[in-house]
Amino acid sequence: MKSKMHLGEDAIRGVFMLLGMVTVACVLLITVYLILAGVPAIREIGLGPFLLGRVWASTAAEPKFGILPFILTSLYGTAGAIVLGVPVGFFTAVYLAKVAGERTRRVVGAAVSLLAGIPSVVYGLVGMMVLVPGVRELFGLSDGASLFSAMVVLSVMILPSIVKMSLTALEAVPREYEDASLALGATPMETYFRVSVPAARSGIAAAVVLGVGRAIGEAMAVMMVSGNVANMPSLFQSVRFLTTAVASEMSYSAEGSLQRKALFSIALVLFLFIMLINAVLNALLKRSREG
Amino acid sequence: MQDMQKKRLPLRRRAYAAAMIALMGAAVILTCALTVFFIGYVLSKGLPNITWELLSTSPSYLKETVGILPDIRNTLVIVLATLVIVLPFGVGAAVYLNEYAENRRLVSLIEYAAETLSGIPSIIYGLVGMLVFQQFLGMQTSLLCGALTLAIMNLPTILRNTQESLKTVPQAYREGAFGLGAGKWRTIRTVVLPGCVDGIITGCILAVGRILGESAALLFTAGFAHALNGCLGLMSSGATLTVALYVYAKEQGEFGVAFAIAAILMVMTVLMDLAAVLVGRFFEKRRNA
Amino acid sequence: MSDCLTVKDLCLWYGDTQALKNITMNIKERSITALIGPSGCGKSTFLKTLNRMNDLVSGVRVTGEVRYRGEDIYGKGVDVNELRRRVGMVFQKPNPFPMSIYDNIAYGPRTHGVKGRARLDDIVERALRDAAIWDEVKDRLRTSALGLSGGPQQRLCIARALAVEPDVLLMDEPTSALDPISTSRIEELTMELKERYTVVIVTHNMQQAVRISDTTAFFLLGELIECADTERMFSRPEDKRTEDYITGRFG
Repeated sequence: MKSKMHLGEDAIRGVFMLLGMVTVACVLLITVYLILAGVPAIREIGLGPFLLGRVWASTAAEPKFGILPFILTSLYGTAGAIVLGVPVGFFTAVYLAKVAGERTRRVVGAAVSLLAGIPSVVYGLVGMMVLVPGVRELFGLSDGASLFSAMVVLSVMILPSIVKMSLTALEAVPREYEDASLALGATPMETYFRVSVPAARSGIAAAVVLGVGRAIGEAMAVMMVSGNVANMPSLFQSVRFLTTAVASEMSYSAEGSLQRKALFSIALVLFLFIMLINAVLNALLKRSREG
Repeated sequence: MQDMQKKRLPLRRRAYAAAMIALMGAAVILTCALTVFFIGYVLSKGLPNITWELLSTSPSYLKETVGILPDIRNTLVIVLATLVIVLPFGVGAAVYLNEYAENRRLVSLIEYAAETLSGIPSIIYGLVGMLVFQQFLGMQTSLLCGALTLAIMNLPTILRNTQESLKTVPQAYREGAFGLGAGKWRTIRTVVLPGCVDGIITGCILAVGRILGESAALLFTAGFAHALNGCLGLMSSGATLTVALYVYAKEQGEFGVAFAIAAILMVMTVLMDLAAVLVGRFFEKRRNA
Repeated sequence: MSDCLTVKDLCLWYGDTQALKNITMNIKERSITALIGPSGCGKSTFLKTLNRMNDLVSGVRVTGEVRYRGEDIYGKGVDVNELRRRVGMVFQKPNPFPMSIYDNIAYGPRTHGVKGRARLDDIVERALRDAAIWDEVKDRLRTSALGLSGGPQQRLCIARALAVEPDVLLMDEPTSALDPISTSRIEELTMELKERYTVVIVTHNMQQAVRISDTTAFFLLGELIECADTERMFSRPEDKRTEDYITGRFG
C-alpha cells in the first residue's frame, strides 16, 4: 500500500517539475531559435558590414544590409526617452513616497497604473494624431514623424514603470534614516533627496534600467510615430528602430530570402541588447533587496 | 543665544527646498495631466464613433462599411485560449517552486527564466512564435498560434502571482492536512490550491490586461484578417482589437474606427484595473475575516 | 550651573489620548539627566518634545512651554532645523545612513553649509575622536557604515550628532540594542561628553541611570512623579511610587 502511494506521489511530483521546467524550456527555445535563425544572414553578410554598415536597402537591385542606423536609432531613442521620462517619474515617485497624503497617493497611483495599462497602439494612435502634427508645427518640419516624436511617446510609456519601481524602493527606506537626518537639523526636502534617495539608489537605478528595456523593446507605438525610413538617426528626421525594422518588413519579405534572414538577425541583436539589460537589472534588484 | 528666531534658514537651503518642491509639483502635475489628457482625448474622439452597427457587423468592401464584430470575437477567443493554455503551466510551475522544489539552484534557474521571459519584448515573441509554430510545427497564421505565443509571454505573470499567493498560505494548513494523513498531492489539491485562488485570479486579470493591449506579438502569429471564420475561428487568421486599431490607423486611414477601438480598449483597461483592485480587496477581507 | 532647558506645564496629546501631563522641570547644562520609568510612561515622548521630533508624528498637539536657553522652542517663527542642530539626538537603534563612514559624519556639516575638503576632514576626525571611535575606523573611512557592528555603529551615530556642534544631546535608550561591553563603552563616552554637552538620556536600566546621571526624572503614566539629584532619588525617594519603581515592585 505504501509503495503504491509513493509511486503516485512521485509521478505527480514529476509532473509538477516538468511544468516548472517549461519556463526554462521557453527561454531556451527562444534563445536557440533566434540564434539559429539569426546567424545565417550575419554569416552571409559578414558581422562587420552587418553591424556597422550605414545603409539598409533590403529590396534594392544590389541589396545592402547595414543595421547601424537601426542600432543607433534604438540607442538614441531610448536615451531620449530616459532623459525625458526619468526626471518626471523620479520626482513623481519621491512626491508620492514621502510628501503626498494618503488620498493624493491613491489618486495619483491610480492614474499611473492606468497609464501603465494603456495599449501601445493607443499611445501610437494619440502620438500620430496629436504629437506628430504638433512637432511638425512647432519645429516647422515637413513631417513630424521623427526620432523626437518617438522619444516623447516612449518617455510617456516608460513613465509608469519608473514611478512604480522607484516608489517601491523609496517606500522601503527605513524611517530611522530619515529621523536621523531630521534630528541633525536637515529640512524634510534635504532629508528626502540626500538620505532617502541615496538609500534607495539601487532600486531607482533598477527602475531606470527597466525603462531602458521597455523603451528599446517597444515596436508598435514607435512604428506609428517615427516615420519608419532607414535613415541614420537625426532628431527631426524619419527613422527606423531595431524593433520597427523587424516589424515593418516581415510581412512582405519572402520566406528563405536573405532579407527575411537579415530581419531575424536584427531580432537577434535586439535580443542580445535585452539580455544585457536583464542581467544588469537582475544585479541591481538583487543589490536593492540586500539593502 | 536668542537668535533662533531671527536666524532663518540660509537662502541656499530655502532655495533648495523650494526648487525640489517645485520639481516634484511639476512632475506630479505632468503625470496627472498626461493621464487625464489621454483618457479624455481618446474617449472624446472615440465614443461618438461607437455605433451599434460598428459593434455588430463585419467590414464589407461592397457596402464600404466598417464593423469590428470579428475583431471583438477574435480578442475574446485569444484571451480565453491564452488563459486556458497558460494556466496549467503557470500555476503548476508555481506549485512546483513553492511546494516541491528542494534544489535551490533549480528554483533560482526557473525564477531567473521567468524574469528573463518577462523582459523579452513582444516583437521578439511574435517572431519566435512565427518561427516555432508556423515554420517548425507547420501551423497556419491563426488565433491558436497567437494564443500559444501569448501564453509563453504571460507565463511569468501567472507564475509570479500564484507563487506570491502560495507563500501566504499558512504553513499550519499544510501541517494540519499532513497530520490527518493526507498525502502531498491531496494536501495541495484540497488545502493549498484553494488558498491561492486570489493570486491566480489576480494573475489572470493582469494577463487579460496584457493580452488586450498586445499587438506586436500578434501581427505575425495571429495575422490581421477581419472576417468571421467559423464559430471560434481558432484555426484561422484574425485581428484582435489592437491589431485592428493599428491596421485601421496606419494602413487604411480610418481614424474614426481607430479611435472607437481605442476608446473601447481604454474602457477595458480601466475595468481590468478596477477588477484587480476589487479582487484584491475582496480576498483581503475574506482572509482577515 | 545654569539651566539649559526649562519646561513648564507641558502637555502632549496623540489625537485624543494625553501622553504627557503638565510636565515642569529644568535641565541643567553640562550634566547628565536620566529619564526613567516603565514602558509607555512618556519618557521617550518627552525627550522628543525637546527637539520637536514629535512634530513629525501626525495628530500630535503640544501645550505649555519648552524654553531652550530662554527661548520658547514652540514659539512662532522658530527655525526647527536650527533647533535640531543645537539639540541633537541619538536613537534607540543605531541608524547610520547607508553611506560611507566619512559621509555619515560629514552629512550634518554639509547640510548646514560647510564646504571644503580640508574643513570637512577636520570636522570628521574631531567628531570621531570625540566619540572615541577614531582609532577603530580611521583606516576605513570610505567603507560603508553598515559594515560596523552594533556598538561601533552607535558610537558612529553619536559622532554624527556631535559633528554639527550641538549644545544638547538627547539619547533615546542608546544602549538597549547593544551588548554589555558596548554598553559600558557608550556609558563612559557619555560621561566624558558632559564636560562639553548637556545630555538627556532615556533609559530602561536603573543601574545605568545610577552609574552615569547627575539628575534623574521618574515618569509614570505621562506624569513627572519626581525629579531630583540621582543619588538622593535612589537613596531617599520622596514619592511612594518612585520607591516602588526603583525597588523593582513594578515596571
